[in-house]
Amino acid sequence: MIEVDRLTVEFGDHRAVDGVSFAVPSGDAYGIVGESGSGKSTILRVLCGLNRLWSGRLVIADAAQRPRRSRAFHRELQMVFQDPYASLHPRQTVDRALAEPLRIHGIGDHQQRIARALREVGLGAEHRFRYPHQLSGGQRQRVAIARALILEPRILLLDEPTSALDVSVQAEILNLLQRLRREHALTYLLVSHNLAVVAHLCARVAVMNAGRFVEELDQAALANRRAREPYTAQLLRASDGYDRAAAERLVAYD
Amino acid sequence: MSGPLLDVENLRVSFRTPRGTMEAVRGVTFSMGREKLGIVGESGSGKSLTGRSLLRLLPPGAELRADRLTFDGVNLLTAAPAALRALRGRRLSMVMQDPKFSLNPVMPVGEQIAEAYRAHRKASVREAREKALAMLEAVRIREPRRVYDFYPHEVSGGMGQRVMIAMMLAPDPDLLVADEPTSALDVTVQMQVLAILDDLVSERGMGLIFISHDLTLVGSFCDRVLVMYGGRVVETLAANGLGEARHPYTRGLMACLPRLDSGAGDLPVLERDPAWLDPL
Repeated sequence: MIEVDRLTVEFGDHRAVDGVSFAVPSGDAYGIVGESGSGKSTILRVLCGLNRLWSGRLVIADAAQRPRRSRAFHRELQMVFQDPYASLHPRQTVDRALAEPLRIHGIGDHQQRIARALREVGLGAEHRFRYPHQLSGGQRQRVAIARALILEPRILLLDEPTSALDVSVQAEILNLLQRLRREHALTYLLVSHNLAVVAHLCARVAVMNAGRFVEELDQAALANRRAREPYTAQLLRASDGYDRAAAERLVAYD
Repeated sequence: MSGPLLDVENLRVSFRTPRGTMEAVRGVTFSMGREKLGIVGESGSGKSLTGRSLLRLLPPGAELRADRLTFDGVNLLTAAPAALRALRGRRLSMVMQDPKFSLNPVMPVGEQIAEAYRAHRKASVREAREKALAMLEAVRIREPRRVYDFYPHEVSGGMGQRVMIAMMLAPDPDLLVADEPTSALDVTVQMQVLAILDDLVSERGMGLIFISHDLTLVGSFCDRVLVMYGGRVVETLAANGLGEARHPYTRGLMACLPRLDSGAGDLPVLERDPAWLDPL
């Protein structure tokens, strides 16, 4: 469903993404973990067409992609952003936020589609005419997911979808994402700094540092902490919580 | 010193709203010595307001009440504003979450540390500069002389947070309140910053209140943890005893964290019991 071959993105003389290749089969969930500045979000921005300066080969939904995307492309691929406080227009109701993609793509039947999208993300009719400030953080992220799903895409890009949320709300959103992927046979590409979140949702995970993929692991390798690369081993250890001795042994990998 | 460093009894913070009084902190009691005390809770649990109450730095409109609020024998409830100012920063200090919003964007970071030092200690400009450089070194900044002249936009998040910690520790406080000091940082940088705080607590015999939403992190870092929910402390735990948590809220929070080996099944979801809001 997604094929990325030697993707490179440069900002001035800084190489944010440096020859990254990976493939995600249809219906799979693929994760990218990395620390800030590793280039993981840049990959998502290239894939969804927000970043148009790149080189390499990109095949999404069986079509080779150029920097500019067609309108039809966005019916295949949608993105959910990190911060639901920032990604919803504060002066538009939920109804209007959900109607906009339908209007852009000339899809009718707004009433039913919006009602169904809300139902699928676990919101009720009572939320439909509320403004974002009248919703909790978790409810807002549900709206953002509904907005991405309302065009019935086959691919969902998720950029740190739970890192702005409390852990109890995070669990609810992760469960929702699992269910939606099962029911709609969606393909996910998830980016996060949280190894456990990625390991939970994704069958395969790439560890990224300084623009490159350090290594790729499957769910079982992560669960058993079988890292081949020292960078991954260090990341795994640091994710377990504070350890004075481990802090002493930290190495910078640039 | 006799008695605890900090003694808090029945702390309450409320806000008057058009729809009645909203109680954000509802009777928090604890005391601490020169140790690392964690306060954990989700958004709206009252953990940050509890931390701010200790410095009497509450947003306008907030009403603070307590049966007792003493810091090293000083009654913070009745202390005059001048007396509070003499304490704040000098003996009782606070590190905020995000260096981007807490540092002055148009002043080199080194000068900000020196300025903070001179505000609390009698020192010449030169002495303050020396102290600032020493503090930058203490928080393991590799080239303190170079970084001294950097503006906040020229430093990374981790470095900015270390600058903040250097600034707050320069006057050698007895108690540091750190509100999510590492949440904006990568896990490895977070570990390094915590190691610095850890060493400073043990070397200087400082008390540290570490406020965070991250149960695992607080459990591994602090000596003791207060778990807050709905403005109350629902449970106090020895940090290495998180596994023996009794309160259903604490247990629920631990259970709903995804783990590396949790598999792809559904995570348990926290069911909130209205009874948790009742006094213990």
